[in-house]
Amino acid sequence: MNLVFDWSWLGPLGRGLLVTFELTLIAVSAGFVFGLLLAVGRVYGNRPIRLLSSTYLTFFRGTPMLVQIFIIYFGLPSVGIMLSSFVSGVLALTLNSAAYQAEYFRGSILAVNKDEIVAVRTLGMTPLQAIRHVVIPQTLRMVIPSWCNQLINLLKFSSLVYMIRVPELMYEGRLLAMFTYRNFEIFLIVGAMYLATVLVLSQVLRVLERKVRIPGLGAKGA
Amino acid sequence: MELLKVEDIRKAFGSLQVLDGVSFEMEKGDTKVIIGPSGTGKSTLLRCINLLTKPDSGTVWLDGVEVTDPKTNINHIRSSIGMVFQNFNLVTHLKVLDNVRIGPMRVKRIDKKRATDLALEKLARVGLTDKVNSYPAELSGGQQQRVSIARALAMEPKLILFDEPTSALDPELIGEVLAVMEDLAQSGMSLVVVTHEIGFAHSVADEIIFLEGGIILEQSPPEKMFTEPKHQRTREFLQKIAHLDGYESRASEET
Repeated sequence: MNLVFDWSWLGPLGRGLLVTFELTLIAVSAGFVFGLLLAVGRVYGNRPIRLLSSTYLTFFRGTPMLVQIFIIYFGLPSVGIMLSSFVSGVLALTLNSAAYQAEYFRGSILAVNKDEIVAVRTLGMTPLQAIRHVVIPQTLRMVIPSWCNQLINLLKFSSLVYMIRVPELMYEGRLLAMFTYRNFEIFLIVGAMYLATVLVLSQVLRVLERKVRIPGLGAKGA
Repeated sequence: MELLKVEDIRKAFGSLQVLDGVSFEMEKGDTKVIIGPSGTGKSTLLRCINLLTKPDSGTVWLDGVEVTDPKTNINHIRSSIGMVFQNFNLVTHLKVLDNVRIGPMRVKRIDKKRATDLALEKLARVGLTDKVNSYPAELSGGQQQRVSIARALAMEPKLILFDEPTSALDPELIGEVLAVMEDLAQSGMSLVVVTHEIGFAHSVADEIIFLEGGIILEQSPPEKMFTEPKHQRTREFLQKIAHLDGYESRASEET
């Protein structure tokens, strides 16, 4: 079999990769904030907040991401909300990522030693201060390994938004393949670009994890 | 006026009546030691003072303010009552210095510079100036407990509660913690101490409270409690823990 490679492919694929980065970066950051709120609400909120938060998690973790993308892009216009394909894609990825991040955050929140919270409450801290100064800093350190998985999944799942024509890496690859009939080569390259990104990201996070490691934290299993 | 007044505290967990009407009061500068068999509500009584546990009924007064009044700002009250726990409960991700200054900075809103000076002063007092940049997990149990005492002191509290502060320590580390506590007591700090350290109770307490079955069975100065306990039950208990403590010889000499 005869494999062909054309340097000119790298232009569109590179542009697609940048869009993939953009999608992933926005979704993971917004999902981080929202996910943290969901997790704190799920653990420390009152009944309605806990219920709301767990319903949200059940929906977004229990339905395919493609369904979520289609509901937002094709479904919302029927209630008068028209979003561009990029915004729809980012929104779907964000909402989905928030749900998964929330689960990881929740696990780490529950791993924080409750006696430490009691100790700072006896200093006179309010519950919110205790969450901010004790729970969150420890949670964020402990969550890094599982959070890294979520980031990698998000990067890979972002390829699904090619279905609503967001010009990211998968979309560009598919377009190129359609014009050149070089499916095998092009999707090998696309795969290699995802893989390289994943490897770089996990390396960066591993370094970060080592940097913020604190003796005695997370050793009890997080 | 008394510094602390505890009146008719009752607390049940399910069908178990842990505290069944406990009252006592103490003056500023006093050291009260609470002893008694395990499960008699010593820790619960302590936790009722700063409302970590809400009593079912009864009142607690600190320095003229009713702690148990629902209108009282409990966070404000707690900032003037230190507490030292059996398991130290230092904040794992904070260095020693941060553990000690976090209270003044976050609760009392003291600026960082002054909070740091305050923390260093208290750490010097418990003899840990060389450990300010260590994490709790890098310290021995005795050192961690001294940090937690410094953390309580940094709030400049009116009263410090000690909940079995040496029970989780290796025997050779108990002495350094008791020494710090004794120094506090002598310097006029007001302490309520739940402990089995009968030697400490004997030499430092102004008054010992013997708690059993959710009530104060006996309450008297150490000399009196050790030499002429009113109840047979008190005598038995003291003998038992004195024995465990290796304190028997001294206690029996004085009897």
